[in-house]
Amino acid sequence: MMKIRNVLMVGVGGQGVLLASEIFAKALTIEGFDVKVSEIHGMAQRGGSVHSMIRYGKKIYSPMIMKGEADDILAFELLEGMRWVPFLTEKGRLIVNSQEIDPLPVAVGKQEYPQNIPDNLRKVVSDLVIVDALALAKQAGNIQAANIVLLGVLAKGLPVAREIWNSVIRKRVPPKTMEVNLKAFELGLLYEPLQANE
Amino acid sequence: MEKELLSGNEAIARGAFEGGVKVAAGYPGTPSSEILENVVLYEEIYAQWSPNEKVALEVGIGASLGGARTLVTMKHVGLNVAADPLFTLSYTGVNAGLVVVSCDDPNLYSSQNEQDNRHYARAAKIPMLEPSDSQEAKDFVILGLEISEEFDTPVLLRPTTRISHSKSIVTIIDKRKEVKFSYEKDSQKYVMVPGHARMRHIFVEERLTKLKSYSERTPLNRVERKSGELGIITSGVSYQYAKEVFPDASFLKLGMSYPLPERKILSFASDVKTVCVIEELDSFLEEQIRALGVETYGKSILPHTGELEPGIIKEKLWEVGCWMAKGVSENEASNKEMMKKREETAIGIPLRPPVLCPGCPHRGIFYALKRLKLTVFGDIGCYTLAALPPLEAMDTCVCMGAGVGGALGFEKASSEHKGKAVAVIGDSTFVHSGITPLIDIVYNKGTSTVIILDNRTTAMTGRQEHPGTGVTLKGEQTKALDFASLGDAIGIKSVVIVDPYNLEDTKNKIKEEVKKEEPSLIISSRPCLFVEKLQGPLIEIDPEECVGCGLCLNLGCPALSKDGELVKIDTALCTGCKLCAEACNLEAVKEVGEKE
Repeated sequence: MMKIRNVLMVGVGGQGVLLASEIFAKALTIEGFDVKVSEIHGMAQRGGSVHSMIRYGKKIYSPMIMKGEADDILAFELLEGMRWVPFLTEKGRLIVNSQEIDPLPVAVGKQEYPQNIPDNLRKVVSDLVIVDALALAKQAGNIQAANIVLLGVLAKGLPVAREIWNSVIRKRVPPKTMEVNLKAFELGLLYEPLQANE
Repeated sequence: MEKELLSGNEAIARGAFEGGVKVAAGYPGTPSSEILENVVLYEEIYAQWSPNEKVALEVGIGASLGGARTLVTMKHVGLNVAADPLFTLSYTGVNAGLVVVSCDDPNLYSSQNEQDNRHYARAAKIPMLEPSDSQEAKDFVILGLEISEEFDTPVLLRPTTRISHSKSIVTIIDKRKEVKFSYEKDSQKYVMVPGHARMRHIFVEERLTKLKSYSERTPLNRVERKSGELGIITSGVSYQYAKEVFPDASFLKLGMSYPLPERKILSFASDVKTVCVIEELDSFLEEQIRALGVETYGKSILPHTGELEPGIIKEKLWEVGCWMAKGVSENEASNKEMMKKREETAIGIPLRPPVLCPGCPHRGIFYALKRLKLTVFGDIGCYTLAALPPLEAMDTCVCMGAGVGGALGFEKASSEHKGKAVAVIGDSTFVHSGITPLIDIVYNKGTSTVIILDNRTTAMTGRQEHPGTGVTLKGEQTKALDFASLGDAIGIKSVVIVDPYNLEDTKNKIKEEVKKEEPSLIISSRPCLFVEKLQGPLIEIDPEECVGCGLCLNLGCPALSKDGELVKIDTALCTGCKLCAEACNLEAVKEVGEKE
């Protein structure tokens, strides 16, 4: 059987990182994997850094992902993508939303938001996918669904059946938003990153 | 039987249901708060927030006496508050089973200290169970109730943040134990006058002997025999980390970490070449194990502070010659160069600290206090964030309620301090432990000014109800504690209510009250924005008026950011509280319409 796979989701409080993680972990559970999720709540709603570590496989002991161990990193915000890049495995995949949210030190003018993050990431990550999740979410019908778009991008190539994704999303999101979220997931799944010179 | 992915806290709540718990009480405290929030979802269990953990445990004692299996929940520092009843409860014992959940917080994710509450088990002479995942978190509640009844003792269940908040798979059983106990008067057991208590202490010592014997035979403590080279003794989440790094080592996994199975430990140690005790924080296990005569690694190589993680365990044991560690990452050896470059990429980038939400009413008060240059005796809650830059408007924060008594001590230390300090405390914190020190101020003729930040909720822990909100955990309407009347009853003549969004008026009122030669109670009254959304107007900074002085940025509002030389408002985040307008000297903030 396959080895243990590690997925790290990172972002800013309020972006829906924990919801995406919940849906992902639930889908894996239904697929029959042993799953452990490690996340620190509390500061999530106050605009701080948020992360969720999901490990899945035959049997999982530690719930934590260490540096250099994440097979996939799903970053909901550009700066957070850069912050967590040391956690990626050598050949790991980094999916990052191009959205920028200023942390407080930047907002008050004490520090600068780093320029050229995509270029700097390209230098150290070979499997890099940059996606404008807000634009795709708008296309799906609501910018709040950006987290589900990102989930769709992640889902490509993962061992979870489409019907399971759909059923978990249906059950978990507010009924009024079901259609938008399913569309957002679809758009993420179909997303093809532009090649090198975009 | 079904399998579900549950957090440790959800699993504990499920354990309460399956184990036949009828009464549950607690006080919110990260990482424990979700336990009671999940327990209340079961109709069969009566669950309540108490004003503080001492009261919660006392309610629990009464419930156990009344024949109901009981669960009491709190975070680690909460057990300090409940310690008084806990120690004597050890003597009286229980009627129906009573489990006290104390959630520790190694690495202080959201606490003022990282004390190791395993010491309480030993000091109070009661058993302690430590779950290593969500399944055990559930099972140990049920087992704990049984141990409690069999040995006539309260039982401590001690998860840590990593267990409470991590999720793992749990088997759900669709059945609930029904246990019935009647109450019978027994003053020798329950009334702890010295004559009775002396006898109960003898019982406690005998009980400990029986529990030690139980510890030897219980499957809670199990040996996993593999390598004869390395034997690891461990408990809680440390078991998982150690197992990740040393899958081939022999393990003595302790589910019951007090009292310890001494014979089992000695037998295990004699079967392996090297022993290592792997535990977070204090050398609680190690000291007891050494006292048995076992030579072992432990805190001589592992840290006393913070959390453990697989990487630390591997590195430290490697240094002393334990080379059988599994490669934690398969890609480890190959591309160190690339990994180093990635580390360098992430260096020096701006941190993303948590902040007060845009529009938070606390912001106004602390900005006013800063402008008035007052010494601020702070307390615990969302408002503690006001201690961080750029507000930096707090001088001290120790524990729940400490600010109020602290202000009194400060003014008694020197007459120089009179009129220069205030105590600031949240509404839930005030009910928890702010009332008694407020009485102290009046009783001992202090002149301090106390500000209650009444945002109608226990915000930081997830917006729970409390006696000031007038709503119970179950969502029922009830009497709301009236802070102004309480202040009056305590004997405070100056009770003043302020609107923290009205900066000028708030500043003036605070200034006036601190001058007075008598105690003052100021109630800052605006709800947390998650309790009641603020329907403020749409506002903008006029680039013609703004000169980029940055005064408004001192508010630390996430909706304000530098835009070149000037400042702009992010209308998606802005709630229209207009504190920035109040802070601005130039009227650069303009209302431009209604928010949708």
